[in-house]
Amino acid sequence: MAKELWKGNEAIAEAAIRAGCDCFFGYPITPQSEVPEYMSTHLPKAGGVFVQAESEIAAINMVYGAAGSGKRAMTSSSSPGISLKQEGITYLAGAEVPAVIVNCMRGGPGLGTIQPGQGDYYQSTRGGGNGDYRTIVLSPSNIQEAVDFVQEAFDIADQYRNPVLVVMDGLIGQMMEPIEWREIPKRELPSKDEWAASGRKGRAHNNIINSLFLDPEICNAHNVRLAAKLAEMEKNEVRWEEVQCDDAELVITAYGTPARIALTAIDILRSEGYKVGLFRPITLWPFPEKALGDLAGSEHVKAFLDVEMSTTGQMIDDVRLSVLGRKPISYLGCAGGLIPSVEDMVEAARKALKEVQ
Amino acid sequence: MAIVYEKSRGLTDAELHYCPGCHHGIIHKLVAECLVELGLLDNAIGVCPVGCSVLAYNYFSCDMQEAAHGRAPAVATGIKRTHPDQAVFTYQGDGDLASIGTAEIVHAAMRGEKFTTIFVNNAIYGMTGGQMAPTTLIGQRATTCPGGRTAEQAGMPIRMAEMLSTLDGCVYAERVCVVDIANLNKAKRAIKKAFQKQMAGEGFTFVEVLSTCPTNWGMTPLKANEWLKTDMAAYYPLGVIKDNTAEVK
Repeated sequence: MAKELWKGNEAIAEAAIRAGCDCFFGYPITPQSEVPEYMSTHLPKAGGVFVQAESEIAAINMVYGAAGSGKRAMTSSSSPGISLKQEGITYLAGAEVPAVIVNCMRGGPGLGTIQPGQGDYYQSTRGGGNGDYRTIVLSPSNIQEAVDFVQEAFDIADQYRNPVLVVMDGLIGQMMEPIEWREIPKRELPSKDEWAASGRKGRAHNNIINSLFLDPEICNAHNVRLAAKLAEMEKNEVRWEEVQCDDAELVITAYGTPARIALTAIDILRSEGYKVGLFRPITLWPFPEKALGDLAGSEHVKAFLDVEMSTTGQMIDDVRLSVLGRKPISYLGCAGGLIPSVEDMVEAARKALKEVQ
Repeated sequence: MAIVYEKSRGLTDAELHYCPGCHHGIIHKLVAECLVELGLLDNAIGVCPVGCSVLAYNYFSCDMQEAAHGRAPAVATGIKRTHPDQAVFTYQGDGDLASIGTAEIVHAAMRGEKFTTIFVNNAIYGMTGGQMAPTTLIGQRATTCPGGRTAEQAGMPIRMAEMLSTLDGCVYAERVCVVDIANLNKAKRAIKKAFQKQMAGEGFTFVEVLSTCPTNWGMTPLKANEWLKTDMAAYYPLGVIKDNTAEVK
């Protein structure tokens, strides 16, 4: 199929329409506003519903209503707006309502900046709202992946009746790249008739969408069931990519834009004789803990270098939980819209290797 | 033997959890009867709030969604926009609708969302134990204004039906109560009319029902009924606040 040049945010909106998204509820925020803009024109043409909500809170609750009544629903936002959506996301998880949420991440904390960032890793991978739950978090590092993942996200959400996040830094939303619209594998999905509150229409029982269980035993049983579902996701949905890790002495761990920059850094380092590879988590949750742990246990790997668009480092905690102290982990990070440069990565890699020689 | 009265089949057989003298049970019944009489029960989706009526999904015999506190109008927007042929309603209290959920109700009304809101105003937070609501009357005691609400400290109580009626998208707003049979019948007519207008696609419809909370008001049910008629209705006048029917004709 011929390649087409697309802007990231418009491409994911188009991807959602192609995936059968019935409705989109959004609110403007930089750097994701092209998503609702695109949806406002193109989704109604495809027979869908677009509403610009009065707030991110309202938008996610519209998603809850529409998805709870059986429709494929989506919203998108950027970091501060995603914070506002957390109330709705925990209700989606608690009431087992599938939905797709895109976070086109910018720098924080607070208003931070409108430039790209990766400071929402904790919020994305630890549930983000109140209570015991997780969302599957797909993290593309280019626009092709972004459109593929958004399309797949609807099926994943429906399969588990759980919200799915597509988390990308603002750079991927804002840049343009050639992509192709390829066939996305479709999943075998259960019918929503048994649970969706879409009007009884002759059904014998009432369908109720709810996350309230006042009886402690019943609420515990509900949580146990949700935990079992999360365990299923951890078993089935872990994704990652390894680049030149087979002989690597240093493994760079990175996702999104930094992972992409790391590829250039690795080429340079390899040309200098340094054996460096990339380990890129694609699902930030479930985290590819076992695969990274296996690398940590292998003889040839001497050290890790974690690179994020964050000053404190967030994913590095999951790297630590996978490496379990077996090898040293150094860190390179920047925030505020700065993007780690190839030169900084090359230098940090040389330094990390020197420390273990 | 002829049946002269029976429980509406719009309600389930679940036992109501409401306190003695509370009007929620009566209001539930009226909504359920209207859905049945209009032939809408099998094509209805309700949204319940956080507050005393949080468990309303156990009582209405139709599909229901439980919303986060104040968000029912946004949830109903998502439902109605994707299911335009269904009768959609929110059932909300005054803490839910007039405090934490003001943005959602105002914008749903502004957009002229074609669902019906049943707003139960009992001038207090009931479920959490009797705290001051935006609707609490001046001088009325609550656990967060133990000396009685003052305008200086908390402002004047909010009149939601009047406020929403200023929006073009709100085609019908009426305030009713259910303290006696005459008022109960008026309330039922208002609820029915709201659903009819919704299904005719006219716009957002709003029925505010003044209700008692004997438990948190510290009154007997009969005294609470009296207080509603004398004090509450004096500040929240009963009657049609807005009806576009004249304009339509």
